[in-house]
Amino acid sequence: MSVASTPTKTSTPGRGGATRAGGAPRGGRRKREFTTRRGALIAAFMAPAAVFVAVFTYYPMIAGGQMAFRNWKLTDLTDTSWVGLKNFADVFADPAWGTVLGNTAVWVVGSIVPQLVIGFALALWLRRRFRFRGLYQALIFFPWAISGFLIGILFRWMFNSEFGVVNDLLQKAGLIDEPIAWLADPDTAMVAVLIANIWYGVTFFTIMILAALQSIPDELYEAAALDGAGKARTLFRITIPYIRTTLVLTVLLRVIWIFNFPDLIFGMTGGGPNDETHIVTTWMIQITQQGDYGRASALGLLVVGALLMFAVFFLLATREKKGVRP
Amino acid sequence: MIGKETAAGRAGKFTFLGLWLAFTVFPLYWITATSFKAPGDIFRFPIDYWPEHLSLENYSGLFATADFGTYLVNSLVVATVAGAVATVISMLSAYVLARFEFRTKSALLMAALVTQMIPSFIALGPLYLLMTDLKLVDNHLGLILVYIAVCIPFCTVMLRGFFENIPDALEEAAMIDGLSRFGALFRVLLPVMRPGIVAAFIFNFVNCWNELFLSVTLMNSDSNKTIPTALNGFISSFNIDWGSMSAAAVLTILPTMLLFAFASRHIVQGLTSGAVKG
Repeated sequence: MSVASTPTKTSTPGRGGATRAGGAPRGGRRKREFTTRRGALIAAFMAPAAVFVAVFTYYPMIAGGQMAFRNWKLTDLTDTSWVGLKNFADVFADPAWGTVLGNTAVWVVGSIVPQLVIGFALALWLRRRFRFRGLYQALIFFPWAISGFLIGILFRWMFNSEFGVVNDLLQKAGLIDEPIAWLADPDTAMVAVLIANIWYGVTFFTIMILAALQSIPDELYEAAALDGAGKARTLFRITIPYIRTTLVLTVLLRVIWIFNFPDLIFGMTGGGPNDETHIVTTWMIQITQQGDYGRASALGLLVVGALLMFAVFFLLATREKKGVRP
Repeated sequence: MIGKETAAGRAGKFTFLGLWLAFTVFPLYWITATSFKAPGDIFRFPIDYWPEHLSLENYSGLFATADFGTYLVNSLVVATVAGAVATVISMLSAYVLARFEFRTKSALLMAALVTQMIPSFIALGPLYLLMTDLKLVDNHLGLILVYIAVCIPFCTVMLRGFFENIPDALEEAAMIDGLSRFGALFRVLLPVMRPGIVAAFIFNFVNCWNELFLSVTLMNSDSNKTIPTALNGFISSFNIDWGSMSAAAVLTILPTMLLFAFASRHIVQGLTSGAVKG
């Protein structure tokens, strides 16, 4: 068993590429194993995961999805008849709908853009070695270990209008004259939840981009320097194209997560004041808590549909000639 | 970026890094400082940035009145079991997805991506009914089963990245030496995979430890509550008791932060290899 004790780090040719011809035999092992035993092994190894996800994720989702077309209220469980698209019509007719939709757009764009820009900058700077870099990375990683709900509570305390540290610091710095009621005012409440989400989300971009940057060969930069390329040119001609796949996938994943991330807002403002920080998913929670499962499910289906469409368009729009596959 | 750094650029860079560090660490410092203040000092002006009298009153209150110890144990049990089982199951599927080409593979990967798009709220009602049928409402086993399912998709993608980084040649050599595929998997591949497996487990553990909405829905008796549910209970009343809340927050954050500090390098590697290869 000498093999086990020597974990080899040899790189195998042809494994690093982003694309690999599907089904093409890779070495002798492949050929030997085109048998029914291979199929049985695949099925047996996939089965537990497939069963769990099917029973506890897909089944409830599909069952929940069909509630969207029924009258499904906790207050009136005797009548769960089909109502067609009534729940959807009710969602669109709700006066809060426009606000919620606008908030969701602000929430997603206002979170993703600063997270990407700051995360990218941090990654570029962290690429060079400096003293305490390891410690620095570990420290800025911490927000990720905390639940969104708790982050909401943390910032709710700091943005407290009477005893909050944010007002105190701003007053000490001479930036404001008197305390601001951050979470009671619609405009500042949105700013406050965005700041909390940026605090939480930058790290993920930093990590992903940093790892991708480390895969860029130094020779490329040396060649660029010889050609006299400036910083901006190097960034746009070498760095960004090289890590394009990572950027595309990270943005895609993060948009999905941020869109679908009620926890922080739920803990911080509960969607208030006057629905002004409600995004689609926190609104959905509120409707569920009011017992109208049918209407909440209609909203849920709209979310899944919107995200699927976004994912498809985004992947098509950013597709390279080789093809980026999710 | 590689290239010459000017003195001004360097100063700007370290200024930004310093400010970002301060911004990241300050909220954590602040909640910790609040938790050690005597309840009366929390609402005092001028604000006390460096608490003079350290007090453990908030912490002792948490265990005396709120039974926080039970919630901690509940969360520990649920997150450990769910995290471990999900890691094992994901290892099997990740192995298959990394090492074989087959017809339904891209469909399975797509199905994993779709789970990330589903708002968990859409499934809550039916999940509650399903658990009622299985007699698993207000039961830790029920919550564990659901958490396993929640963890699997992302954990599989993450572990797949790890498997793909290990050359096939390693198992091939072992199989030529006479081991079966299973022997090669368990005796050769898994030991090499250990850092990835630890990272995946920690990631799952933290996710389960932090999960709120499913646990609020499925757990209703006080003795079965997990920590996030208990925290949610603290704020449902009109006034938040900020002293107890900050003590509870510190106790909730500390274990996961220690785990992440311990495994952050592996997690970074796991996330990136999983996502870059996609």
